[in-house]
Amino acid sequence: MNGAAATQLRPGERVKRLLGSRQAFVALLGLVLVALWLVAVYQGIPGQRVLSLMVRGVMLGGILALGAIGLSLIFGVLRIPNFAHGDMMTTGAYLALLVMSLLPLGAPLGPFSFGYEFLIALLVAMPLVGLLGYGLDRLVFRRLRGKRSPPVIMAMAALGSAFLVRSLVYVFWGADFVFYYTGRPRPAFELFAGIRVRPDQLFILGLALAMIVLVYLLLERTKMGKAMRATADNPELARVTGIDTESVIRWTWLIGGALAGAGGVMYGLDAQLRPEMGWWLLLPLFAAVILGTIGNAYGALVGALLIGIVWQVSTAFLNPAYGPGVAFMVLILVLLFRPQGIFGKPGGG
Amino acid sequence: MSDVALIKSLLLTLPLAFLTWRALPAGWPVLARLAGGLVGGWAIAAAVTLLVPSGLMAYLVSFAIVGSIYAVIALGLNVQWGYTGLFNIGIAAFFSIGAFTTALVTTTMPTGVMAGFTQQAFGLGAPFLVGVLVAGVAAGLLALLVGGPTLRLREDYLAIATIGIAEVVRLIFQNERWLANGPQPLRGIPQPLNCLVRDAGCEWLPAPVMALFAPLAPRDYTFVYLVIAALFVILTFLVLERAIRSPWGRVLRAVREEEDAAAMSGKDVARIKLQAFTVGAVIMGIGGALYAHYMVSIDYSHFDPLYATFLIWVMLMLGGSGNNRGAILGAFVIWGVWTGTAFFVDMLRPALAAISPDLPARGPYLRLMFIAIVLLLILLFRPKGLIGEEKFVSRLSGGREQPQA
Repeated sequence: MNGAAATQLRPGERVKRLLGSRQAFVALLGLVLVALWLVAVYQGIPGQRVLSLMVRGVMLGGILALGAIGLSLIFGVLRIPNFAHGDMMTTGAYLALLVMSLLPLGAPLGPFSFGYEFLIALLVAMPLVGLLGYGLDRLVFRRLRGKRSPPVIMAMAALGSAFLVRSLVYVFWGADFVFYYTGRPRPAFELFAGIRVRPDQLFILGLALAMIVLVYLLLERTKMGKAMRATADNPELARVTGIDTESVIRWTWLIGGALAGAGGVMYGLDAQLRPEMGWWLLLPLFAAVILGTIGNAYGALVGALLIGIVWQVSTAFLNPAYGPGVAFMVLILVLLFRPQGIFGKPGGG
Repeated sequence: MSDVALIKSLLLTLPLAFLTWRALPAGWPVLARLAGGLVGGWAIAAAVTLLVPSGLMAYLVSFAIVGSIYAVIALGLNVQWGYTGLFNIGIAAFFSIGAFTTALVTTTMPTGVMAGFTQQAFGLGAPFLVGVLVAGVAAGLLALLVGGPTLRLREDYLAIATIGIAEVVRLIFQNERWLANGPQPLRGIPQPLNCLVRDAGCEWLPAPVMALFAPLAPRDYTFVYLVIAALFVILTFLVLERAIRSPWGRVLRAVREEEDAAAMSGKDVARIKLQAFTVGAVIMGIGGALYAHYMVSIDYSHFDPLYATFLIWVMLMLGGSGNNRGAILGAFVIWGVWTGTAFFVDMLRPALAAISPDLPARGPYLRLMFIAIVLLLILLFRPKGLIGEEKFVSRLSGGREQPQA
């Protein structure tokens, strides 16, 4: 924004432009975190607890990131706000449950609450959810693309797919919540400085980080990854330069679905499995994606971590049920001041 | 014809007369068409009342009431999506805020023992129509709040923001006990004109008129409420049909079809979108109010995304977006399919039990699956719905509007 243009704006608009710059916007998000911390302190909540919540928030952010990265790539490459993404996460969690029920129950591994069968289940569930995403594309979205349906019809098809996928979860597994390991104790231990976490949560965080590194390598080092980023950035330009967009779309669904499956399994390990869990995660996921700029996988990671932390810290003084509501407030802040997200170009969005 | 049958058939005449009037050719003289509608409507009503067994009749009437309420909300969605192309998937927010608002406005604060069970922020004891009005205003204000920051952005941002507001509204009514007794139901929402079916009668009605209603027992109240619900459908329909043929209605379509072109013609696109979004939300809020007064007792779980958002979308898409008749038709058809599949799943129980002992209890979710598949099939094979959009929208364009081929 150059000075000459800025001087012609009304004062209100000038303030808004200023707040919409990247530095100011990041500062605004920092202020939100500080404000949350201050409210917690003001309410007499010990600093240790807030710190613990921040660590938990980073972990939750890792889970959200697994969903958000795929959501962002699909949004960028296909221009579809995939409302079924949360329910794909749910499906992953339940598919892992199915695989575990077929395997003999093993002893817990070290300090963790799960045995080897959980790891196998995770590895089986991931590609299956990837195939689910690809299957949805073949059955619904590719046909709509062929008919040149407007984007908003695609969005509605995504909504229909979300309800379809959830109805399958309901029919196969019922509406009650379940645990991977019913009744197995999950003690927390002290990490340092009074911060208490469960070993499972550290595992989740580690695994989420490992997968994000894999995604990074895939996007940066492979030809398909580069094609994906190029398509997400500008589909028309990508097509003109000879990128096989159908193949990019196929891999986007497979990878996005696999990551969503992993996210669902980890969320199920940390909390419990419910058919509605993915729908409740949808709002935080979209908040993370828009915050980090649509189509930008790294932005989705940053957005997810921030949403995770804000969500968790807010539970220090707010009914935890309002977590998605807190994510929504962050989303409204983004839409008001910087709709193109942290990494977006000005004028975009 | 017995007294009860007579008064019931008279009550049913209003919605049926309107349908008959619409079905008669528009070329007829106004008075002849009106008279034909009335006579035809009453004849059908009398035949139905006499021929249909009373148990089935009571079921059909309550079916028609819920269908009418959904029709009102589908009409509201038609303003937003059908005419203006706004993708609102948070209908539940406007639906539920309308329902809870009228509940708070028309009930009185609980006293005595009841105060221990029911908490609510206020209870004004206002009449039904005031409740409906305030419900519409509340939903409209919520729409301004959501639409303001999101309508000038990309279209999918509105969809995401409406999911958000629906979730937040649901969470509030679920968790805030002081506001509307969440998560417990808020009970005792008054039924309008309930006095018609009570022995004491309505004080303000002249005795001869009251005598006409005397044969009705309290369980026949649904007949009265059907008239009220049908009146709201008819009024909403007529107002919207008029509005959509006005310059305002044409601007909405211009914005939907070619936003940039509308902006170049000097139309304030953001403002027009906000108007359409708010008008649609007001209608949804009124629909919510109708729902609350029919149910008498409401809680947050009535407004989950399936019943309060998804079904309504399927209704409009099936009937035909951009067509008010389609919205009403879709509402009744999909509500019929939804309730009909309940019977079907019931019949399937033995077969389901043979597959797995858990399955019969999960029957309702087969219906959800079916409805989701219906929506996807509509999107894939008939995106314009059963009756597509009407092509000519100006009264001055001459002749009766032809449905788009």
